[in-house]
Amino acid sequence: MQDLAAKKLRIVAFLCNWCSYGGADTAGVARLKQPTDLRIIRVPCSGRVDPLFVVRALLSGADGILVSGCHPRDCHYSEGNFYARRRLEMLKRFLPFVGIDARRFHYTWVSASEGERWQRTVIDFTRQVHELGPIDEGREKHAPLTGPASALAAKQAEPLLFTNEDLETLKKTVSDALSRVDVVIAYGRGFDPLHAAPSFIERPQGADGLVFSPLCEQNLASYLTRLNNKKVGVVVKGCDSRTVVQLLQEGLIKRENLFVIGIPCNGVVSVKKAAAALRNGKVLSIAFTEGSMVAATDKGENRIALNDILQDKCGSCRHPTPLVYDVLVGGPVEATKDAPSAYEDVRVIENMPLSERLAYWERELGRCIRCYACRNACPLCVCRESCIAETRDPHWMTQETTASEKMMFHMIHTLHLAGRCTECGECERACPMGISLMTLKKKINMDMLELFGYVAGTDPAGKPPLLTFKVDEERLEEHKV
Amino acid sequence: MRKAAYLAKERWKEFVRALSGRGEVYAPCKEGEAIAFRRLLPEETPCLDGPAVCAPKAIIYHQSEALFTFDFRKDPAAPDKAAVVLRAETEAPPAIILCDRPCDAKGFTIIDRVFLDVDPYYRERREKTTIITLTCDTTYAGCFCTSVGGGPCDAAGSDVLLTDIGHGYYVEVLTDKGAEALNGTALEEGAPYSKEAEERRTASKEALKPVFSGGGEIRLVSVQDAFWEEVSQRCLGCGACTYLCPTCYCFNITDEQGVNAGERIRSWDSCMFTHFTLEASGHNPRSHKWQRFRNRVAHKFVHYPEKYGEPACTGCGRCIRLCPASIAISATVAELAASP
Repeated sequence: MQDLAAKKLRIVAFLCNWCSYGGADTAGVARLKQPTDLRIIRVPCSGRVDPLFVVRALLSGADGILVSGCHPRDCHYSEGNFYARRRLEMLKRFLPFVGIDARRFHYTWVSASEGERWQRTVIDFTRQVHELGPIDEGREKHAPLTGPASALAAKQAEPLLFTNEDLETLKKTVSDALSRVDVVIAYGRGFDPLHAAPSFIERPQGADGLVFSPLCEQNLASYLTRLNNKKVGVVVKGCDSRTVVQLLQEGLIKRENLFVIGIPCNGVVSVKKAAAALRNGKVLSIAFTEGSMVAATDKGENRIALNDILQDKCGSCRHPTPLVYDVLVGGPVEATKDAPSAYEDVRVIENMPLSERLAYWERELGRCIRCYACRNACPLCVCRESCIAETRDPHWMTQETTASEKMMFHMIHTLHLAGRCTECGECERACPMGISLMTLKKKINMDMLELFGYVAGTDPAGKPPLLTFKVDEERLEEHKV
Repeated sequence: MRKAAYLAKERWKEFVRALSGRGEVYAPCKEGEAIAFRRLLPEETPCLDGPAVCAPKAIIYHQSEALFTFDFRKDPAAPDKAAVVLRAETEAPPAIILCDRPCDAKGFTIIDRVFLDVDPYYRERREKTTIITLTCDTTYAGCFCTSVGGGPCDAAGSDVLLTDIGHGYYVEVLTDKGAEALNGTALEEGAPYSKEAEERRTASKEALKPVFSGGGEIRLVSVQDAFWEEVSQRCLGCGACTYLCPTCYCFNITDEQGVNAGERIRSWDSCMFTHFTLEASGHNPRSHKWQRFRNRVAHKFVHYPEKYGEPACTGCGRCIRLCPASIAISATVAELAASP
């Protein structure tokens, strides 16, 4: 009992009932000495361990988390630990991204007969956590004032391809579509000339007020799961079409109830960036000319280069032409072959020291006001009012506005999108506080690509990698004895 | 009480240092991509590049605060009995809100009517906070203060009013609290600058034409449900509009309990959330989003004015500028104000 003399830490172990819990019992019966910092929670299967169990424990002050189940191919339920293996590996890679030391979390496999393996696992893991010390120690109290600048290279702005003629075609397509659907979701005017807004067209004459321009940044596919009892037409850009593919893939919408009007897109403006460039002034009119946006405000005319205000995601766009559509309005756009990797901004954060990463996210997420705009704008967040961030039963979160509760909410959002996020950027666009929320999701997407070669929302016949498994995983460690 | 003074811009830092000695200074600061109110660091200058994203409401009316803490103490002699120990703290440090806007300051007068007489937590902070407002010389996207009885130079709710006159600020001390906070700061005689300030104010007031008439009091008796369904169709049902608002004050009370101890917390709630009206029986009187949207408009422009005589809206435009679906409450009210 070597750690009894030292200060005890709080280490939580989730053990599967059939193997690892039995293994711990075997160790006990054999009187194998073990550190006593461990608090064991028995679960039916390692597949029952939601990555959020681990995150919640760490954010509530646990110093280390151990998950152990049956060896792969030896699961009591045949395949539970195959799912666990994928999820836990994803989590292991994600935790350090938000500044939690990956060594505080370990997952492994111990069978009921392996008392000694259990003893070794506990001793090693406990020692490792003791070397790190309590989780709150050494946290920097003051984060740097500025975050990393966006590392994505700006897209070379090209002439905008959507002409007046295309707009007339769009209007006609929308009004024609009403013969087969109940409502068409398209873009209309927002509260001022700088903003476009979703417009729900139910009568042919409604199509007259439609617009399409680089200001149409919102992903209209977000409304699809809200209109599930209707036949719906929707206008999508290339990036938005990935959402449609993902929703179809997950069975959240039905193809036969859907009419997709695709618009090839040459990049959209970040209205937030544009508004900031105009110092939030009152906008009287907006026009686009080659490579720039001309905005007239009550203080005069401003010419802003499109490169400076395009959305970050457009710089690395691989699918400018929609992947799924019934009608295409406007000519197809070729993807730029030498577009930079979409994950440059993830790498910038990964290259920061661990403590700086924690400070960065505490500062970013510290601004969160829990208005849930990110969640509600997200086309793939479909739990809505049943979201565990708000329910009292189960009571995952309190109503406090502490750093850890805000972090917890964003971990829920991020981890529930693991392998599903199509990087439409709605979370970031909707956030009034300007928090770089998509970077969290992109980190997991980057790992999904590395581990499983998977890109969400590109293949209607695909399956999100965390909802499936392979018996022999090519790129996951076996954790064999 | 109305006393005029002048603060030269080169003495601004000195001025802020003196204020810091009197309490916690909160001001709009650049936070990542956003401008938000927070504690001003020593030697830092407030960011005035645009409107602050959030109203300064949270400085006085905290987003989440413990009303009291409780813990259960077991009696070793009788282990089946536990005494409950309650503790409540209302004391707050003095604070100064610097460079908020007239619409922000007016927001506090609207919340005051609800909390000031009955809520010791709010009252303590409100009384210990001095509000030094900067008048507006810019109309921001979505602004409509002149439509709801306010204005870019409105004094309601402020203790001190600053007006930028280029080389310095024209300072008007409006309350004793304001005078006390400014006592001994780097101020000069203000009278020579009053005309200059007045000219600027008239100009900014004229620049902001009302978007509707009638001061924002509307009637909803003859409005059909279909109207609300249409205006709220694109609403995503988030709470950004209410949380950014300088006047929204609805809250929730929850007990957050750990092992043998916990807190009773009051936290902001939003009428735009489904849970807001969910009853214990499972029934929800406002289960549709158009009903919730109607409630938000009705509370601000019908029910609150009926009770207190002015709308619960200061026209700051935040709910419009930052709505992820670009919904403008001013347009809805204008439409209703124009209808018979």
